[in-house]
Amino acid sequence: MESRLLVMVVVMVVEEKGKEGGHNKERWRGSEEEEEEEEEKRRKDQQQHTPGILFPIMNPFSSGTRLRDMIRAIRACKTAAEERAVVRKECAAIRTSMNENDQDYRHRNLAKLMFIHMLGYPTHFGQMECLKLIASAGFPEKRIGYLGLMLLLDERQEVLMLVTNSLKQDLNHSNQYIVGLALCALGNICSAEMARDLAPEVERLLQFRDPNVRKKAALCSIRIIKKVPDLSENFINPAAALLKEKHHGVLITGIQLCTDLCKVSPEALEFLRKKHTDGLVKTLKDAVNSPYKPEYDIAGIADPFLHIRLLKLLRVLGQGDADASDAMNDILAQVATKTESKKNAGNAILYECVETIMSIEDNGGLRVLAINILGRFLSNRDNNIRYVALNMLMKAITVDAQAVQRHRATILECVKDSDASIQKRALELVYALVNETNVKPLTKELIDYLEVSDQEFKGDLTDKICSIVEKFSPEKIWYIDQMLRVLNEAGNFVKDEVWHALIVVISSASDLHGYTVRALYKAFQTSSEQESLVRVAVWCIGEYGDMLVNNVGMLDIEDPIMVTESDTVDVIKIAIKHHALDLTTKAMALMALLKLSSRFPSCSERIKDIIVQHKGSFVLELQQRSLEFNSIIEKHQKIRSALVERMPILDEATFSTRRAGLLPAAVSTSGGASLDLPNGVAKPSAAPLVDLLDLSDDLPAPSSSDGDFLQDLLGVDLSPAPTQSGLGQIQKAGTDVLLDLLSIGTPVQSSSPTTEILLPSQNDKSPIATLDARSSSSSLSAQATSSARAAPMMDLLDGFGPSPLKPEDNGSVYPSLVAFESSSLRITFNSSKQPGNPQTTLIQATFTNLTPNVFTDLIFQAAVPKFLQLHLDPASSNILPASGNGSITQNLRVTNSQHGKKSLLMRMRMSYKIDNKDMLEEGQINNFPQDLGS
Amino acid sequence: MIQFVLLISRQGKVRLTKWYSPYTQKERSKVIRELSGVILTRGPKLCNFVEWRGLKVVYKRYASLYFCMCIDQDDNELEVLEIIHHFVEILDRYFGSVCELDLIFNFHKAYYVLDEILIAGELQESSKKTVARLIAAQDSLVETAKEQASSISNIIAQATK
Repeated sequence: MESRLLVMVVVMVVEEKGKEGGHNKERWRGSEEEEEEEEEKRRKDQQQHTPGILFPIMNPFSSGTRLRDMIRAIRACKTAAEERAVVRKECAAIRTSMNENDQDYRHRNLAKLMFIHMLGYPTHFGQMECLKLIASAGFPEKRIGYLGLMLLLDERQEVLMLVTNSLKQDLNHSNQYIVGLALCALGNICSAEMARDLAPEVERLLQFRDPNVRKKAALCSIRIIKKVPDLSENFINPAAALLKEKHHGVLITGIQLCTDLCKVSPEALEFLRKKHTDGLVKTLKDAVNSPYKPEYDIAGIADPFLHIRLLKLLRVLGQGDADASDAMNDILAQVATKTESKKNAGNAILYECVETIMSIEDNGGLRVLAINILGRFLSNRDNNIRYVALNMLMKAITVDAQAVQRHRATILECVKDSDASIQKRALELVYALVNETNVKPLTKELIDYLEVSDQEFKGDLTDKICSIVEKFSPEKIWYIDQMLRVLNEAGNFVKDEVWHALIVVISSASDLHGYTVRALYKAFQTSSEQESLVRVAVWCIGEYGDMLVNNVGMLDIEDPIMVTESDTVDVIKIAIKHHALDLTTKAMALMALLKLSSRFPSCSERIKDIIVQHKGSFVLELQQRSLEFNSIIEKHQKIRSALVERMPILDEATFSTRRAGLLPAAVSTSGGASLDLPNGVAKPSAAPLVDLLDLSDDLPAPSSSDGDFLQDLLGVDLSPAPTQSGLGQIQKAGTDVLLDLLSIGTPVQSSSPTTEILLPSQNDKSPIATLDARSSSSSLSAQATSSARAAPMMDLLDGFGPSPLKPEDNGSVYPSLVAFESSSLRITFNSSKQPGNPQTTLIQATFTNLTPNVFTDLIFQAAVPKFLQLHLDPASSNILPASGNGSITQNLRVTNSQHGKKSLLMRMRMSYKIDNKDMLEEGQINNFPQDLGS
Repeated sequence: MIQFVLLISRQGKVRLTKWYSPYTQKERSKVIRELSGVILTRGPKLCNFVEWRGLKVVYKRYASLYFCMCIDQDDNELEVLEIIHHFVEILDRYFGSVCELDLIFNFHKAYYVLDEILIAGELQESSKKTVARLIAAQDSLVETAKEQASSISNIIAQATK
């Protein structure tokens, strides 16, 4: 009978469609007609056999409907509005009935409320009814009351506290079923306060005479120790006692309780490991070898749930303990080899066993066994089994990467599975498997698959491929090739920072410029829908358009292509006209056109026409650029070619630092006692840094957000307004502070659009990279002399001056300067340069004490603006003798990336102690020798 | 640990919910909406696991009903499938070839059954027979109480006639 029922359930329930005569199957399908008929029949049944089992008709004059009728009425509703109306009516009736304190209908009302609650309507007004029912004496009332409590309330509601007392009484009730109800409710919804209050009762019930109460108490204890881990100590002994039980329910709940105890309490773990490992191994042995028990049998295994829980607890005990692990080796081997793997239950045990083997202390033989099981799982036809195999292989990687690598081909196949869950797992796994040796074939496979994968999966897949390519790329050409393929297939899924990184790489691979631009040109012809491909292509064509036309830098692997200047302009024109592409792309295209107008003088007129078309654009950005560019092409022929010169090589290192979200390394510290610096290591907050960097006094106070930080950095360059008018630029103050700052910094306007096209899509951090690069790219840099005559902003103005380029010094020494002097401290700088490296200045700082007191713990800190790099060597000492009787020296090395344009600037902070009293001084140096910076 | 149990019909109607972790009413409806969207649209041959918000949902379809249990990342998915089946078989025995309508009109009984199988999101009893016996015993307690009540009310009715 037992097994037949099982079969029936499986047939009727699992297969659903089937042969004739399966009455049960029909019922499961439940067409509307049958539903009604069925319901009718059941209603009759109910009336005949169980007259009002739940809701006896006590008051024939009551107007309330029965639960069954309410459910029918709700089900009969055709629209949501109808349903709401019925529910509203019912709720009103229930409220009235509650207000009348109607004893007889209390549980019917609550049952109705539970149904209404399940439909998603508010039912908070019924909460008090639950408490009243729980407080009544009879079992039926309590039963429905506790059910309502668990359904309508959760642990965060205050009302719950009111039930603590009833719970306490019920936990001590003479009727074991009432005790069971209370335990169940407590286990499902108790809060930390209730856990504390009722823990002694539950602890006592762990030894209750009836096993069904013991098992409930065990699970309830789990909830209690999770809520209040401090209480776990009291549960260790009674929980351990449960491990010796024969009753399966008590045993599995006891094991579960022990597992959770081990998680929250190291003492419990230690205790159980010492005293119970052997016992548990024996229990598992008995379970594995147990004869057929119909009551617990699932697919030929007696109680797989027990097996799994035992394996889980053994895993916890064996982890990190060689002796315990040793004790369980044999039985694990037996489970791994003997368990039948045809049915799900057996596989569930094997899966748990593999996890245990992987987690406990190393035993080579067992691990081979485990990996083999996973290999078998992986080739299983059942998707569930393959899913768990992938899941487990992820954990196995840390244990035995080599063994997992062997299954690489199969795992790669799983990436292409039709099941999203499996795909996701497999992709994670492949990602973890990639290394330098297999990156090329794996990437190829993944990108091949990208072509055919589902739209929903493309985002994930693209992310992972990009990340793999960036991380493991063996050479630049491969990187560029792979990225172009990805852009080609899934350009719309590529994140901004990825294509930004690609541009940086392209820019730095100068021997590949021609190759890249040609490849992009070809790709554009086929995939002009892929936004980020278009952006990269437009940028590259703008920069390297001439290489495209002239086939410059041809690699052996390439076929020459014939592209005319006008073809090139066509590409940009398509991009700018394409309706689906966004503002950033169009802005980039405009910029590219301007660049091309200089590269291809013959197309200049045509380019002008395209640019002019945008002067009526509704987008302010495009409109403005179009007007500006137009005027450059028309009126400023002379400077145009200089303006739109090729971008200098972008600095990869800077870019990746920015990307990683790190603050620029502007703060350097003195050596020696540098650990307790006020603005550094211990509490990394941006504010002090900003403060130090804020060299220009006329800017508003810095704030710590990234954007402002940037402004402050750039604030160095900012001169008060008058410069602007003289430049004849169409700059408008206030559009974008950043841009304006930059436009001023590099006097010629054309270079600012380069920045702008990149800006809108970039986050706060990245623009700096381009900004820096751009400012140094200015074609006028040759003329720009930076002078340290006055304030730094003067340099900018001087940029326009006719002053000739200063000849570069090859290794020279400059007169010493007093960098700082206060009533107590003087610092002098002796600067020098090494031959052949004019960008780097070596400074020896000498500290002199002007007071009659000794300075101790002297720390010198310095900060420089972004275009400088500062390196501080340790100071010769941190104690400065009094009254100039000796000095400290410290070497600094400053590298100026804007050498020739900007002069050195430094802000410094000195902290020291006089008689253990902290002193702090700050100063700024902008009077470096003129030719030092340039 | 099982975070929650959901029974959803093929049409997306909720037939039973049980929450073992605190979710507010708002979160609950959101979770149900989200999950029914994901699960009901999955094809029949796919695996029974869905990864969701760092947890996993194990689901299994029985005729018109989807039984879903949400578990932690490191729980045994295959075992949860067995727990679901365990639950279904017990329901089947209790109602005698259970169907969706049984669970609609006797939803409270389905909850009573579930409470004998799971507490605090952990399995309580691996024997179907024991569960059946416990439910039957409690049902008969209810019945006795009702009979007593009705006989008392009869007596009162008689007496006050």
